[in-house]
Amino acid sequence: MADPTTNVAFVRTQMLDQKAPPASVIGPVGWARENLFSGWFNTVLTLVSLFLIYKLVFFILGWAITPTWSSGSLSECREILAGIGKTGHFAGACWGVITERWEQLLFGFYPNGSQEGQADLRWRPMLAFILLVVAMAPVLFGDKVPRKMIWFSAAYPFLFPWLLWGGTIWTPLAAMAGFVIGYFAFKFVADRFSQLLGMISGVVVALVWWLVLMGPLVAILGGYNNDANEAVSGLLPIGIESVQSRDFGGFMLSITIGVVAIGCSLPLGILLALGRQSDLLIVKAICVGFIEFIRGVPLITLLFVASTLLNIFLPPGTNFDIILRVLIMVTLFASAYMAEVIRGGLAALPKGQYEGADSLGLDYWQAQRLIIMPQALKISIPGIVSTFIGVFKDTTLVSVIGLLDPLGLSQGIRADANWNGIVWELYGFIAFMFFIFCFGMSRYSMYLERKLKTSH
Amino acid sequence: MTTLTDPPKESFRLSMLIYDTRYRSMTIQCIALICFMLAAAWLINNTLVNLNTLGKPIDFGFFTDPAGYDINQRVLDYNSRDTHLRASLLGLLNTLVVAVLGCITATVLGVIIGVLRLSKNWLVARLMTVYVEMFRNVPVLLWIVLIMAILIETLPSPRRFRGDEPEATMKFFDSMAFTNRGFYFPEPLFTRSLGDINLFGESSLRFAVSIDLLVVTLVLGLSIFAIRKVTKRANAIQEDTGIRPTTWYINLGILVLPIVILMVILGFHLGYPALKGANFQGGTYMRNSLIALWLALSLYTAAFIAEIVRGGILAISKGQTEAAGALGMRPSRIMSLVVLPQAMRVIIPPLISNYLNLTKNSSLAIAVGYMDITGTLMGITLNQTGRELETLLLGMLVYLIISLSISAAMNWYNKRVKLVER
Repeated sequence: MADPTTNVAFVRTQMLDQKAPPASVIGPVGWARENLFSGWFNTVLTLVSLFLIYKLVFFILGWAITPTWSSGSLSECREILAGIGKTGHFAGACWGVITERWEQLLFGFYPNGSQEGQADLRWRPMLAFILLVVAMAPVLFGDKVPRKMIWFSAAYPFLFPWLLWGGTIWTPLAAMAGFVIGYFAFKFVADRFSQLLGMISGVVVALVWWLVLMGPLVAILGGYNNDANEAVSGLLPIGIESVQSRDFGGFMLSITIGVVAIGCSLPLGILLALGRQSDLLIVKAICVGFIEFIRGVPLITLLFVASTLLNIFLPPGTNFDIILRVLIMVTLFASAYMAEVIRGGLAALPKGQYEGADSLGLDYWQAQRLIIMPQALKISIPGIVSTFIGVFKDTTLVSVIGLLDPLGLSQGIRADANWNGIVWELYGFIAFMFFIFCFGMSRYSMYLERKLKTSH
Repeated sequence: MTTLTDPPKESFRLSMLIYDTRYRSMTIQCIALICFMLAAAWLINNTLVNLNTLGKPIDFGFFTDPAGYDINQRVLDYNSRDTHLRASLLGLLNTLVVAVLGCITATVLGVIIGVLRLSKNWLVARLMTVYVEMFRNVPVLLWIVLIMAILIETLPSPRRFRGDEPEATMKFFDSMAFTNRGFYFPEPLFTRSLGDINLFGESSLRFAVSIDLLVVTLVLGLSIFAIRKVTKRANAIQEDTGIRPTTWYINLGILVLPIVILMVILGFHLGYPALKGANFQGGTYMRNSLIALWLALSLYTAAFIAEIVRGGILAISKGQTEAAGALGMRPSRIMSLVVLPQAMRVIIPPLISNYLNLTKNSSLAIAVGYMDITGTLMGITLNQTGRELETLLLGMLVYLIISLSISAAMNWYNKRVKLVER
């Protein structure tokens, strides 16, 4: 019998090197084969999409690239287009309307120095929005800015309306003083008696200050207009030129409403959510009723209430600014949605967190402040941001009750004889601006979610 | 030796209302209730005083007055001599019409886009992402007015259909007309119609129900009932013998034959719109405001629904698909029997809340002049009668009822599909 190994002519003793993958599965070709042309159906889909994109891009470019940036009216613009051989409905864009009106779309009728005896005040809203970013920095990027900045953030809510509306500086200072006085009243009573009594007295003292004492004090210090509309100068008339609410408009108005509504609705929403989660039956019933009512009706009806009905609900003779009324309603609306978002965060926390806080001997507010809220708010960030985006988009509804937000202005522009019949350029510009804001915010929320992620 | 005894019973002291947690909650609740009632009393008192000064105490009598305005898109008969109550009713029906139409198209679009976003085809997935981001990040009101403006500016006016050499022609074999005032479609008509049932006589709530429609619905219902019977029997046979009888042709016959016979008996035909004078007559008319609202709401909500559908499908772990594959199921059955039923549990609740949003957003109709409940009751009726309080409160109540019934349906569904855990 022969030895079996002798039949083998060659035995490899070393491993072969790995072969490079075939060119068809690596690199761009491989990627395209896998992602675009895997199977006949995908190939058809890809080809159809490519065709559509090609058509769309060329159509839009052909429409958008036009030398009409300086035209003063739609007919003038059509002449320019006809001059370069473009006619018909989609001949080309008339960018003249944007050149002429973009300042109005951004600032509304905020004093811009165009009228006699009127200064250009547009630096004020711009400064206010830049400072807004500064004030939000400690909240948004807590680890990258000094901690002392938080004091500026606390003062900002009073600075913001003062910069926009102007007037005497004593109003925001007195409003701020209300919080300080309320806090000291709380401290004083809480140290001597109990937390509950402290809270009640703090709220009562602050309310008395705001509703009764603040008005006369501001009038004495800052001056006022009496019934004959003569200015009476105050003791220390420090202030900046005041701007009427009816001059507000454009994206400035949208951002103002959005920022105020969100800023105020977050604390309100937290309180409502806690109320809804609480064991106190009556508090819970009130919160549930409020939340469900607000969420059940469209914002537009609340805005109608703001424009026609709010004066009927308030003491006779009260008549305050339409923007303030809208702000109140939008804030209430946003806070109901915010409450539901935060309630979701509260419900998502494991029960052990509540029990752990209890076992450490923390009282209710300590537990909320130190244990529950930091976690619940973190969980709710995506919801909070999408509520913010929703509220910001909903600010366009104020155009229905006659405020001049970008959409309200666009009605006026389209009614203008020069621009009668303009559609795409104008709405495209407004939509683009909204897109930038909203898309930016949604990306930021994604970043925040990733940053705050503590899971493995 | 010490024994544990109960601590001496404390007698109730007034300070315990504040310091003792057992009683403190009562104190807080009492204070909350008192504050709430004070606030409510203050508001109501203000309202009554103000209304008295204005000289218009709360009174719903205006509902029986003639409305005096026209409703240009309507599902029931109406003329300007009808009452405000009927105008509001038509507004409510218009709201429901646009809400139902919008929900259907938004769902169809949203499901398609959501599934395509998960497509393995990179290009298609990116395109759908662009769609979703584009529609989600721009206000819905902007879409509504933009589409309305496009319809008005780009479509031909009815008079351009006139003449021997018209600039514009009707589409689809002269059956439909797309004008800048609205769209005209063929309408179903019956030569041997059975007539209408008039409910509520001549009152403001009068309601004409077409008997033809009732009969058609009845026959369709019976057919579907019969099909379910057939399927049930087929299932039973399959369980017994392991062989499933072929039923599709029986089902098709049951579905099609009776309805066709009924149509022939009733003399079914289509009524086409035709140009008469300055405008089209005949056919079903959809005003441009309805189209703009419907399209904008559907496109906008579809972007949200697409995200929900995508999230729902992604939420089902891959192990489910693989396990079903290991059992030897075909991909289509895996989708319909394993993935979808589980995904539905994730998808349906946010889907319904999006339907709710769509319904509430339909109140933006007022921006384009579609006469829904906001346009009638809270719009023209309010302006004509000056009854802000009554009309607005009633309008809000209507929306509240719609919302709460949708939420109730959602809760019922959630309870039904809730996972029963051991």
